[in-house]
Amino acid sequence: MYKIIITFALLVFSSIATAQSDYNLPLGVTDISQKVYNLHMTIFYVCIAIGLVVFGLMFFAMIKHRKSKGVKAAQFHESTLIEIIWTVIPFFILIALAVPATQTLIEMEDNSNADITIKITGSQWKWHYEYFDHDFGFYSLLSTSPEQIANTKEKGVNYLLEVDKPLVLPINKKVRFLVTADDVIHSWWVPAFAVKQDANPGFINEAWTRINEPGVYRGQCAELCGKDHGFMPIVVEVLPEKEYQQWLDSQLSSVLLAKEKEQQDLNSGMTMEEAMTLGEQVYLSLCAACHMPSGEGIPGAFPALKNSKIALGDVKKHIDIVVNGVEKSAMQAYGQQLSLKKLAAVITYERNAWGNNTGDLVQANDVQQPANK
Amino acid sequence: MSTLVKNNNKKADIDDFDHAHDEKPRGIMRWLLTTNHKDIGTLYLGFSLLMFFVGGAMAMVIRAELFQPGMQIVDPNFFNQMTTVHGLIMVFGAVMPAFVGLANWMVPLMIGAPDMALPRLNNWSFWILPAAFSVLIASLFMPGGGPNFGWTFYAPLSTTYAPDSTALFVFAVHIMGISSILGAINIIVTIMNLRAPGMSYMKMPMFVWTWFITAFLLIVAIPVLAAAVTMILTDKYFATSFFSAAGGGDPVLFQHIFWFFGHPEVYIMILPSFGIISTIIPAFSRKKLFGYSSMVYATASIALLSFVVWAHHMFTTGMPLAAELFFMYSTILIAVPTGVKVFNWVATMWRGAISFEVPMLFAIAFIILFTIGGFSGLMLGITPLDFQYHDTYFVVAHFHYVLVTGAIFSIMAGAYFWLPKWTGYMYDERLAKLHFWLSLISVNILFFPMHFLGLAGMPRRIPDYALQFADFNQLVSLGGFAFGISQLLFVVVVVKCVRGGAKAQEKPWDGAEGFEWELPSPVPYHTFSTPPKVK
Amino acid sequence: MSEKPINYYVPSQSIWPTLGALGLLFTVIGAGMSVQQLGSNSSSGGWILTLGFIVILVMMFGWFNDVIDESQANLYSEQMDRSFRQSMTWFIISEVMFFAAFFGALFYVRNIAIPWLGGASNNAMTNLVLWPNFEAIWPLTTTPDGVKTQAMPWHGLPLINTIILLTSSVTLHFSHIALEKKNRGQLTIFLAITLVLGISFIMFQGQEYVEAYQHMGLTLSAGVYGNTFFLLTGFHGLHVTIGSIMLAVMLFRVIKGHFTPENHFAFQATSWYWHFVDVVWLGLFFFVYII
Ligand code: HEA
Ligand code: HEA
Ligand code: HEC
Ligand code: CUA
Ligand SMILES: [Cu+2]
Repeated sequence: MYKIIITFALLVFSSIATAQSDYNLPLGVTDISQKVYNLHMTIFYVCIAIGLVVFGLMFFAMIKHRKSKGVKAAQFHESTLIEIIWTVIPFFILIALAVPATQTLIEMEDNSNADITIKITGSQWKWHYEYFDHDFGFYSLLSTSPEQIANTKEKGVNYLLEVDKPLVLPINKKVRFLVTADDVIHSWWVPAFAVKQDANPGFINEAWTRINEPGVYRGQCAELCGKDHGFMPIVVEVLPEKEYQQWLDSQLSSVLLAKEKEQQDLNSGMTMEEAMTLGEQVYLSLCAACHMPSGEGIPGAFPALKNSKIALGDVKKHIDIVVNGVEKSAMQAYGQQLSLKKLAAVITYERNAWGNNTGDLVQANDVQQPANK
Repeated sequence: MSTLVKNNNKKADIDDFDHAHDEKPRGIMRWLLTTNHKDIGTLYLGFSLLMFFVGGAMAMVIRAELFQPGMQIVDPNFFNQMTTVHGLIMVFGAVMPAFVGLANWMVPLMIGAPDMALPRLNNWSFWILPAAFSVLIASLFMPGGGPNFGWTFYAPLSTTYAPDSTALFVFAVHIMGISSILGAINIIVTIMNLRAPGMSYMKMPMFVWTWFITAFLLIVAIPVLAAAVTMILTDKYFATSFFSAAGGGDPVLFQHIFWFFGHPEVYIMILPSFGIISTIIPAFSRKKLFGYSSMVYATASIALLSFVVWAHHMFTTGMPLAAELFFMYSTILIAVPTGVKVFNWVATMWRGAISFEVPMLFAIAFIILFTIGGFSGLMLGITPLDFQYHDTYFVVAHFHYVLVTGAIFSIMAGAYFWLPKWTGYMYDERLAKLHFWLSLISVNILFFPMHFLGLAGMPRRIPDYALQFADFNQLVSLGGFAFGISQLLFVVVVVKCVRGGAKAQEKPWDGAEGFEWELPSPVPYHTFSTPPKVK
Repeated sequence: MSEKPINYYVPSQSIWPTLGALGLLFTVIGAGMSVQQLGSNSSSGGWILTLGFIVILVMMFGWFNDVIDESQANLYSEQMDRSFRQSMTWFIISEVMFFAAFFGALFYVRNIAIPWLGGASNNAMTNLVLWPNFEAIWPLTTTPDGVKTQAMPWHGLPLINTIILLTSSVTLHFSHIALEKKNRGQLTIFLAITLVLGISFIMFQGQEYVEAYQHMGLTLSAGVYGNTFFLLTGFHGLHVTIGSIMLAVMLFRVIKGHFTPENHFAFQATSWYWHFVDVVWLGLFFFVYII
């Protein structure tokens, strides 16, 4: 019975593992990831081999040396020689494994001579990418709809592995990542690159990759970071060099456009209706994770905004909290993350939704002062 | 085996000079006030079984939520609490107390001592546990919920960003620690000081040896955990910044402190298993344990090495290269002494006269499945590979193989092995066999596919997952439910055995050795008031 | 192993352990609630905590009373005495590890975290990007986020305290010798001096804290220098306090005429504990104050 189970398990394991499959480590698209894959397979086979020998002997004993077959137990219970042998052999196997592992590791930790530097900042629960050499960056958030998560809509192919704005990288360039976090520890992981680096608040960790093939690669946050740890995916779109350059240029110019737009928003006000619609949109995508779509928060963890003193009280205070956050708490400073118009809208929304009928309409202009302080 | 003849109630080395004591006290007070190592052992074992079910029920919530993609029955915050408290309860409430229970029952019997060295302290160690766990479990029902930061409670998720109830978590861990330390001191002193005359250290039964070493690990490791939670407390409530860069601290410092405790902790949960297996394998192979002294040295080297490998849990935290290399080498080195143990067990079986009663079945399953868990541990120990495996279900698979099919299976093995001695009755062999086979099959359906999930990229501690993980998760959940239900059988067997059954002989297993088998079954309330003679 | 006496005393049922567990339960709930209620004006936690302490005190009193009675009734063999001594040794070792963890934290922040924040090792970018104005020095008088504090000098109170504590170890040793020589007068006097020295240590330490908080800006929220300083000296101070209580109990028992040259485990344990606390202080004085 044992034998059947184990052979079966081993068979399944090895047949699945030999082929590149969905159930094994991905081979990946970088030289490093392929080295890691090969190392993984080597060690896997070494373990299988040792397992076969050890369990094989054990099953042999279980079959041949059974009391029910009338065998009498032997008396030996020591043998220095054999004990030395089976101490030394594993030791050498380990050395044989450690050598390639060390080489690969040294290579992985060599962050020098990068062509492009990207600063990656994790925060609850989104990633911020900054193109270090260009002073340009953006947030990347889960784009799977709440309905799909709540099972009321059919799930798409990339369920939970899709974002509104992926990180875009070129092939064949050494890309250096500077990984850090704003609040708790996150971990930036893309299996196809064999890069997993913890994002520690207050420290910068470095990692690098050089991607061989264009494509879209997906990963997930790999360190428990609170409630929505399962909902902060990573998507990297890798483009041929030329296309990458085009993309970058278009992004840089749209940054300029956005700045202009901001100026316009300052002068032209929103109607209540506009503000509420935009506000709701922003609220649901950014704030609802903690304060809940109903505005009721999670008592003991995240305060309710419905009927809250802040949302019903002084507008200035409300603006201040949203723009500058609350130090030493999960409430981030949204001043850097949202445009003035969106800030105004979401504050308006919070002051008028869920029965918070203050009637206040906040305009981009009102938000401007604290945002720039 | 089990030739179930009538008990030939011959008096062995027990004596009866203290008649006033041999009457067992009755009622609830017996258990509350007891100083008897057997009673306390029973209390520990009962508590641990209860906690296994509580922690198991939480695992069932986890598995039910993960049965399908999409959020099903709990919200993410509660899911995190389930994961966290499941881990905490299983580690501190199920496995450790079970081992302490076995030590309480068996160590004095095996070394021929009248009781533990400090019987009152022993009772205190036990009764702290229900207090600690009621606080921990109660915190789940507080506003904001209970601990939701993983059983490893990494800062600053467990400080600045933690729920209000964290203070209760911290103090509960403190008193659990007190309980463990006092228990460990008691066991060490009992072993050092109460052995029967003539029992030198190198004549002690393996189970006693492994517990002796485990107790050292406890004494050295647990205070470090106490310090870690203390710093969490001050960081959260008293504005210190041990784990915050803004004040000159470092979140990774927490991980160093935690794992300096945490890694020895995982060996605390496996060394006594090694002892149990080293007791059972020779008994049913009817052959002496192969390589007794190398077993002792191997256990000691595992214990020593366990203090210099902690950062293998932290390869992705951005340590300098030299540190990563050091911890990789020291980690994989542990395979050598552990291998010695596995090989010695196989050599013990080699040319023995093996029979397959339930304790032996569990022991054999232990050897195979623990080794599989050890292999995946070895893979995790290779730093460049850990970059891929870390914080995925591959890790979850690894540690459930060493913990469930390792620690838990060995506890089951031990329980079946000694039940006749404790209760005086044989357990129901048919039901027990059923329990074994169902457990064996379902546990592999439960944990084996987790390797694939991890390799394919499923992170751990997530309440919902991408569609490509759906099939395996469903299988895993089904295995989980089956394994959970199978454990109800264990309870049935134990209850039946306590209530009655075929009378157990003094020595129901013909290959077993040791003082405990020279005592009648069930063991009298007081034993070895006069120490037995070592042959 | 030496010859084993026939009878190892196994106490009969006892209420104290269970009561102790109950006391701990109240303490934990009370302490947890008090901490959560910090800054608010509810005080229910404090009351439960007090109740917990009272229960534990009653437990200790009752338990030790039983033990002392049993000991005085000569129920304890030499072997039991050995058990007690070994237990105390292991307990102290666990305490050593508790302090070791805090010392470890101190070494880590001094030699790793702060240099890294200042750009050492593989953390050049940490300094450049996140903390450009931060300079790695120890004692950390300016934290990365700019909180300023002063370092505690080693001369002055700490030096006096070192001398006090060292002297107290010596006087305690003298009183132990006196005990073994059956010189009850010397025993009592030296023990009393030790206790007085212990209490003065605590008072000076308190004064130092007041100084730190009121005049130096050295507080719990002043960054890791203050954190390691207060937690290490604080836990040490707590241990001195416990040690002093133990000394007081011993003094009381000595006056009552307890202890013989052969049988004085409690005295021995107290003295070990005191020496241990002394050694920790030396480590503290060296690593926290001097370097
Ligand atoms: C009982 C508990 C137990 C035991 C015994 C072990 C044993 C081992 N563990 Fe495991 N481990 C855990 C419990 C345990 N572990 C837990 C709970 C976690 C997760 C914690 C968390 O994050 O929540 C963990 C996580 C964990 C990690 C971190 C993974 C990550 O988070 O990225 C690593 C990495 O190195 C590791 C390694 C090992 C190794 C090398 C062993 C070795 O001791 C194994 C040695 C055994 C063998 C190798 C098999 C037998 C040997 C032979 C047959 C000889 C010949 C073999 C060779 C030469 C290969 N473990
Ligand atoms: C010794 C320790 C131990 C034991 C025995 C177990 C036992 C089990 N564990 Fe767990 N586990 C851990 C230690 C342990 N675990 C740790 C340390 C973690 C990490 C926590 C963290 O990430 O912080 C973890 C995490 C963990 C996860 C990952 C959670 C996540 O990352 O989000 C999962 C998921 O499947 C899991 C499942 C199980 C299951 C199904 C069992 C089963 O073996 C349980 C079987 C027992 C029962 C089911 C109880 C008995 C039966 C009943 C109660 C009757 C009712 C039955 C039904 C309704 C079916 N465990
Ligand atoms: C990661 C969790 C999180 C997210 C996302 C979040 N908040 Fe908050 N918020 C908090 C926490 C925690 C507090 C309480 C801070 C404190 O006072 O300690 C808070 C407080 C507030 C308050 C003050 C409420 C009160 O009564 O004290 C307002 C207003 C607020 N948030 C608005 C927002 C807006 C607008 C957004 C989105 C743009 C948002 N929050 C997103 C966690 C979050
Ligand atoms: Cu971010 Cu997990
Ligand atoms: Cu480990």
